[in-house]
Amino acid sequence: MTIKDAGSLTPFESGVEYSAPARGPWNIVHVGTLVPESHQVFVCAQSCLRGVVLTAAEMNAMDRFSTIAIQERNILKGDMEKLIIDGVSDILNKLPKLPRAVEVFSSCIHDFIGCDMEFVFGKLRLRFPDVDFTDCYMTPILRKTKFTPDARMRQQLYSLLHPVPLEEKTANVVGNLEPFYETCEILSMLRQGGWHLRDINDCGDYEEYQKMAASSVNIVTQAGTLSAGEALERRLKQKLFYLPVSYRYEEIDAELKLAAETMGLPLPDLQDLKERADQALAHTAKALAGMPVAIDFNATTRPLGLARLLISHGIQVITVYADSFGKEEEPDFLWLKEHAPELKLSATVHGKMVALPRNEAEQYGGKLLAIGQKAAYFTGTRHFLNMLENSGLHGYEGIIRLARWMEEEAAREQDVPSIIQVKGWGCCG
Amino acid sequence: MGVLRMRQVSRVLSTYTADVSGVCSALYEMGGMVIMHDASGCNSTYNTHDEPRWYDMPSMVYVSGLSELEAVMGDDDKLLRDVERAAKELHPRFVAIAGTPIPMMMGTDFKGIARLLERRLGIPVFGFATNGTHSYVSGVGMALAQAAKKFCLPKEQLTGPGGIQKQIPAEKADGAQKPCVNLLGVTPLDFSVTGNVEALKEAFQSEGYQVKSCWAMGSDFDELIRAGEAHVNVAVTVSGIETAIVLQEMYGTPWVLGLPTGRKLLRKVLEAVDRAAATGENQFPLAWDNGTYEAESRRLPPSEEKVQRENGQPDQSHRQTYIIGEWVWAMALRYSLMTEYGYDRVSVICPLESEELFADRLLEERRERIPGVLTAAAGAGAFLEDEDQIEERLKNAELVIADPIYRRVLPKGKVVDFIEFPHEGYSGRIYRREIPVLIGEQWNRWFEQKCK
Repeated sequence: MTIKDAGSLTPFESGVEYSAPARGPWNIVHVGTLVPESHQVFVCAQSCLRGVVLTAAEMNAMDRFSTIAIQERNILKGDMEKLIIDGVSDILNKLPKLPRAVEVFSSCIHDFIGCDMEFVFGKLRLRFPDVDFTDCYMTPILRKTKFTPDARMRQQLYSLLHPVPLEEKTANVVGNLEPFYETCEILSMLRQGGWHLRDINDCGDYEEYQKMAASSVNIVTQAGTLSAGEALERRLKQKLFYLPVSYRYEEIDAELKLAAETMGLPLPDLQDLKERADQALAHTAKALAGMPVAIDFNATTRPLGLARLLISHGIQVITVYADSFGKEEEPDFLWLKEHAPELKLSATVHGKMVALPRNEAEQYGGKLLAIGQKAAYFTGTRHFLNMLENSGLHGYEGIIRLARWMEEEAAREQDVPSIIQVKGWGCCG
Repeated sequence: MGVLRMRQVSRVLSTYTADVSGVCSALYEMGGMVIMHDASGCNSTYNTHDEPRWYDMPSMVYVSGLSELEAVMGDDDKLLRDVERAAKELHPRFVAIAGTPIPMMMGTDFKGIARLLERRLGIPVFGFATNGTHSYVSGVGMALAQAAKKFCLPKEQLTGPGGIQKQIPAEKADGAQKPCVNLLGVTPLDFSVTGNVEALKEAFQSEGYQVKSCWAMGSDFDELIRAGEAHVNVAVTVSGIETAIVLQEMYGTPWVLGLPTGRKLLRKVLEAVDRAAATGENQFPLAWDNGTYEAESRRLPPSEEKVQRENGQPDQSHRQTYIIGEWVWAMALRYSLMTEYGYDRVSVICPLESEELFADRLLEERRERIPGVLTAAAGAGAFLEDEDQIEERLKNAELVIADPIYRRVLPKGKVVDFIEFPHEGYSGRIYRREIPVLIGEQWNRWFEQKCK
C-alpha cells in the first residue's frame, strides 16, 4: 500500500506470518552473552531449544550455554521446579569452572503451569552462593504485549548489577547492542564535561560489568529498551535520560539541550552540526543520482523518520518495509502522508510476502539501495547497507556517517544472501 | 549436594530438530500451506536451521502468531479465520496445521480444527498434534504417512503395476524389467541438499530400477500420488516406515528398510528390492540378528587387514567404533564398516528419541517385527537420548563417526579418532558444506579418503 492509504501506524491486517531469511537481528542468546563471564541455561521444549542452541553453536559460544529439555512427563507430573533445580545444579557442577553469573531462561510453558521460579532461584542461590542468578525469559507468547520478550531481555541484562554507592559524572549507555561511534555529539559532550561513560558492549569482564552499577546516569536511546532504564532507576536510583535516535533536527536539538542543561555539559554548535548534516545529505543525493532507496525496520528504530529525512533532502525513497510503527513515528507518518503520499509501505511478515516477486531492483537496472537486510532481501538488490538497530549511530554525527555509508554502498555490490543469513550480525558475522 | 546423573540436560551438546519442523520439512515441496501453531520462534528456527531450501525455493510455511490472550482463552477462532483467509488468497493444494508446546497446554483439538477448515475451504486439511517435545523423526513420519493416505490415488485410477499387478514374477526381477520403487522418508534433515537425494535416485536408476517417486524431495505432486504404481517401497530412514505401511495397506506393496550406503549394501538393497517384488514380502537387508551380517564380516578376505600390515600401517579394524545418528543410515554405515572394511566392533548410538518405540508401535499393530530394530539392545546399537548416557557410552570409544558437535563429549585424556559426519537435523547449516554423499560407492570413496 502507499502511505496515503495507510490508516494508522499499524496499517496491515494480522494473520499467519512469514519469516524472511534475513537473520541479522540479535536474539536473546546473543543479547544474553553481553554479560561477561555468564552462563546461559535454557529450560524449554525441544522445538524451542533448537533455535537457541544452534545460535550458541554458530557464535561459537557452546561453552557458555546449556539446556534442559522439557518433556511431556514434566508437565504431567508437576516436577518442573525439581527439573530446573537439579538440572542447573548438574550443569554447574560439571562445568570446569563456576561462572560468575547464570541466566536461567524459562519459557511460555512455565508461565502457563505456574512454575514457582522464586522457589527455584531461592534453592539455586542456596546451593551456589558464589554465583549470581537472574531470571530470563524465552516467552514469545508475550510478543504482542506492551512488554515484549526483547524489551524484557534488555532489562534483565542489567538485573545482575549489585547496588553500590553512585559515582558523580559517570553514565551508562543502556540497552544498545553496539557502542556509539566516538564522534557522536552526546559522547563528545560527556567527555568534554568530564564524564566517564560505560557500556555493556565495552565490558571485558564481570568486574567491569558490575561497575555499571555505580554510574549515576543511564542513557537510553530507543523506546524498546526504556524499560531497562526505568528498572535501573527504580532499583539502583540511577537517573534515566531518554535520548532516542532521531532523524528530526528539532528533536535532536531538544535532546542535546536537555543533556547539556541537566548534566551540565557544553552544548556544541547546533547550527554548524545541522549544516554539516545537510551538506552530507546533499552530497549523498548527488552521488546517488536518483538511485531509489528502500528502508526496513530492522535497520533503524525510526524507519519513517529516516525516510522523511532522506526525502526532504532530495533522495528518492520508494519503500519502507515494516509491519507496524511506534508511536514516536507519528509526526513522520503524518508528514510523509502529506509530502510523499506515494511512498510504499510493505509488510514483512504478511502471508503474501512468500509469493511476491523479490525483484524490485530489476525495475531500476539493479540500481536500488537497500538500507537493512529485509529491504535487501525483498527488493533483490545487491546494493545494500547492512545496518541493524541503528548500528551505533546517534544525532547529527550519526546522520553524517549514515550519509557516507549510503554513498559507499550505492557504489558497490555485495553478496546479499551470504550476509543476511548470518544470525546475529555483529555478534557472529 | 550430590552430583546427579541427569536426564534431559545438555551441558555441551545440541538438540535435534523437533517434530513440528519435521512436518514442515516433509510437506515442503507438495504445494500445501503449513501452519505452525505457535507464538513465534518455531518458524524462524525452522527456516534458519532446519530448512536449507528456504532461501531459494519458496513454500507456504507460516506461524500462526498465537498470542497470550488467545492461549489463555483457548480461542481458536483467530487461527481459523487467519488460515481461512490466507488459504483463500494463496490457493494452496492443502493446509496442514502442526502444534507446538503451547497448543499442547491448551489442549488444541487439531483434528477438529482440520475437519472444520476442510468443510470451509473445500481442500484437504491436516491437523498434526505435534508438541515440540519429540524429534523430527515422528513429525516427518506422520506427515508423509498422512499425505500418502490422503492423496495417493485409488488402485482403480492407476495404470501401472501397483494397482493391477502388485508383484512381478521372480524371473523378471533379475531380467530386463526391474521393479519400480518409491523412496520414502527423504528430507533434508537426514540428507541435506548436498547431492544425497540425487545420488540416491541415481543409485536405483543406473541399475534399471525406475524411481516412481521420492517422498518428499524432488518429486512432483503428480508423481507422489501415483506411488501405488511402484512394485516396492524403500524406506530409507525410520521416518519412511509409517508411509511404507500405509502404502502396503492401500496397495499391498511390499517394502524394504535400508539405505544403499557403500558398494556392498547397494547390491544388497537392490537384491532385497528384487526379492520383495518377487515374493511380496518385506525385506530388511540391514538385519544382523540372523547372523548373516557377522558372517559376511568374517567372510571378508583378511586381505584388508593383511594389506594394511604389509603396508606398515596399524590395523584399524579392531577399534571400538561408534556411529551416532539416525537409525537407518547409521546402521547402513555400520554395515559398510563391518562387511567392507572388516571392522568388528561397531555400535550405533541413536539419540533420536522414541525411535524404537515409534517403530515398535507401528509394527505391533501389524504383528510384525523389524529385525535389527528390536534387537538394538543386543549389541549392535542403542537408543540413547541424554548427554550423560552418550558420554558414558563413549568412554571406551576408539573411533567415533558423528556430527562434529559430538566431539564435545569425547572422553578426556584419551586419543579418540573422530570422523566428522555432519547431520543437518542436528547441527543445522553449520557444517552443511562438509556433509558427504553416503550413497553407494560415493560413501566408500569418502570414507577411504577420511581414513587416509
